[in-house]
Amino acid sequence: MNFKSVKKLSFSKLAQSPIVISLFSLILSLVVSGIIMAFAGFSPLEAYGAMFVGAFGGLSNFADTLGIATPLIFTGLAVTIAMRGGILNVGCEGQLYIGGMAAALTGAYVKGLPAIIHIPICFLAAMLAGGLWAVLAGVIKIRANANEVIITIMLNYIAIYLTDYLASYVFKADGMVVKTNEIMHSAVLPQLYPHSRLTIGLLFALLAMVFIAWILKSTILGYNIRALGQNPYAAEAGGIRKNRMILFTFLLSGALAGMAGAIEVQGVHTYFISNFSNGYGWDGLATSVLGQYNPFGTVLASLFYGAMRNGATMMDRMTKMPPDFVVIMQALAIIFIATPSIIRKVMSIFAKRRGQI
Amino acid sequence: MSGGQTIVAQIGIILSGGIRIMIPIAFGALGCTLSERVGVINIGAEGIMLAGAFGAVVGSYYTGNAWIGVLFGLLSGVLLASVHAFLTVKLKTGQIISGLGVNMLASGVTTVLLQSIWNNRGKSDLVTGLQNIRIKGVENIPIIGAVLRSISPMLIILLIVAIVLWFWLYKTVPGLRARSIGENPRSPDSVGINVPRTQILCVIVSGAITAFGGIYLSIGDVSLFSRDMVAGRGFIALAVTILGGWKPAGVLGACLAFGIAQGMQFRLQEFSVPVQLVQMLPYVMTLLLMFFLRSSHGPAASGENFHREGE
Repeated sequence: MNFKSVKKLSFSKLAQSPIVISLFSLILSLVVSGIIMAFAGFSPLEAYGAMFVGAFGGLSNFADTLGIATPLIFTGLAVTIAMRGGILNVGCEGQLYIGGMAAALTGAYVKGLPAIIHIPICFLAAMLAGGLWAVLAGVIKIRANANEVIITIMLNYIAIYLTDYLASYVFKADGMVVKTNEIMHSAVLPQLYPHSRLTIGLLFALLAMVFIAWILKSTILGYNIRALGQNPYAAEAGGIRKNRMILFTFLLSGALAGMAGAIEVQGVHTYFISNFSNGYGWDGLATSVLGQYNPFGTVLASLFYGAMRNGATMMDRMTKMPPDFVVIMQALAIIFIATPSIIRKVMSIFAKRRGQI
Repeated sequence: MSGGQTIVAQIGIILSGGIRIMIPIAFGALGCTLSERVGVINIGAEGIMLAGAFGAVVGSYYTGNAWIGVLFGLLSGVLLASVHAFLTVKLKTGQIISGLGVNMLASGVTTVLLQSIWNNRGKSDLVTGLQNIRIKGVENIPIIGAVLRSISPMLIILLIVAIVLWFWLYKTVPGLRARSIGENPRSPDSVGINVPRTQILCVIVSGAITAFGGIYLSIGDVSLFSRDMVAGRGFIALAVTILGGWKPAGVLGACLAFGIAQGMQFRLQEFSVPVQLVQMLPYVMTLLLMFFLRSSHGPAASGENFHREGE
């Protein structure tokens, strides 16, 4: 009897741990998606098998998985830092485009620099442009006293059309394809694995994770951001300048999202082409939620998302399963994670069963 | 004199174009109004419209009857809204995350089904659409003649929904109770009103209203479904709800102004203004309006889940 109660205690403790909740949500979303697949007449084992091979089968596939995860780490961290400050930045997609455009222009029109200077300058341009675009959202939020979600979504559309306009008219390269000029060779990110998406961008992404974790944990700035996120009224009463902090959080968040654009432009495409993002900004939101708004968790979740995205291509090739199915899996995953009560309930059912045996 | 006539005719064309643009957004915004009035923000409007659009095409495709399509569209919207209601009200999921999840779910499910039904990743086959109601002999009435000549039945439904919603919210006791939940759920709870039940019902009804917007897009306008055809209108509806001050009449007015302004932009394209700048304008306009109008404060408790003491 004693043994039983100890076990029950540890189980309920487990169900409180964020990592367990995240992992369990992922497993649950895979299981539920598998059931839907089976109902739709596809074999879930075959589909997951193809995805796994596509994501991890061989070094080259694995390198692509890491390469796809790289921009997701940046957008995920962007959402994470904002969320810790109580701001839901749904505008990463737009900030990514603006950052990508800045990197493409700096890469193409700044000439005669060695790579070791040119690459960081492009990064800086992307961070500044993405950050200022996000600050714009902050300014409107403060002035209109409206929810930032709607404002950042509007700004996403504006950013996408604006950069499309710039690429189609103002900075259009000669030729049939609508894109900007190729960036200088000195601005192209060196690849870590030949002919893959994996570049030194990944190292910068990991650096960004350490940096954000450090800011949140060990600086006054991070303390202020967290205070604002936990209780804005108390934070203001405690002497934190609320509006200034909101703008600063937006700046930091937008700079990270802008970096995601720079990584794609300088590492994958070598020019700006319209609609290059594939929803990396939106997925950043999912990876941040999945990572429970923790920088390290966000990186892990981004790797998982990178694997899912990369695996979906293989699934498309090998099985008859529509690749869009991955979107359903992702939707289920974020719903489960945002609803810990589902996970606790399912876990308690497991716990009870074990008790009976 | 003939110059004056053409200007009047032009205004008529712009007005009828504006109404076409307004209908889907207005349904979405009325849906958002209802759900925010009971304290649940509906970021999932985009997905609910998409589900409505898809359901309507499926219903019409299999039965050949556009009105059965409407019914299917409504059911799809209600189904998705029920998920949102159950998650946010019962399970206390964050409203915005739940809404974004609903959007992703709708996008994924509709594209997967699109492929399995029509074997096409882009769009469905043509289906029977809703017929416009044609009125003869009104062409010559200045300005509104162009509107009355051919009326979408969805416009009539829109006006009925708006009036009923206004009457219910402002002239009935249940409506008053519902509004009080959006301001501060504790006070209605303390006098014995079943807050969660009211919220769930209102979110589900708001899903039906929002779904009408999608239904108009698919079988009221083009008679087919294409991938992600809602294209941000659900989000614009959310913004227009703010501009309209969370009131049915205000929301309709804001939508009409929005529709007319966008209708005028199609004219801009005739002056060879780059298409991207034209497409950008509705969003820029919405933000500018939000920035300068500093709209009235909405329901105070919208976006926050209601927890009873000890919950």
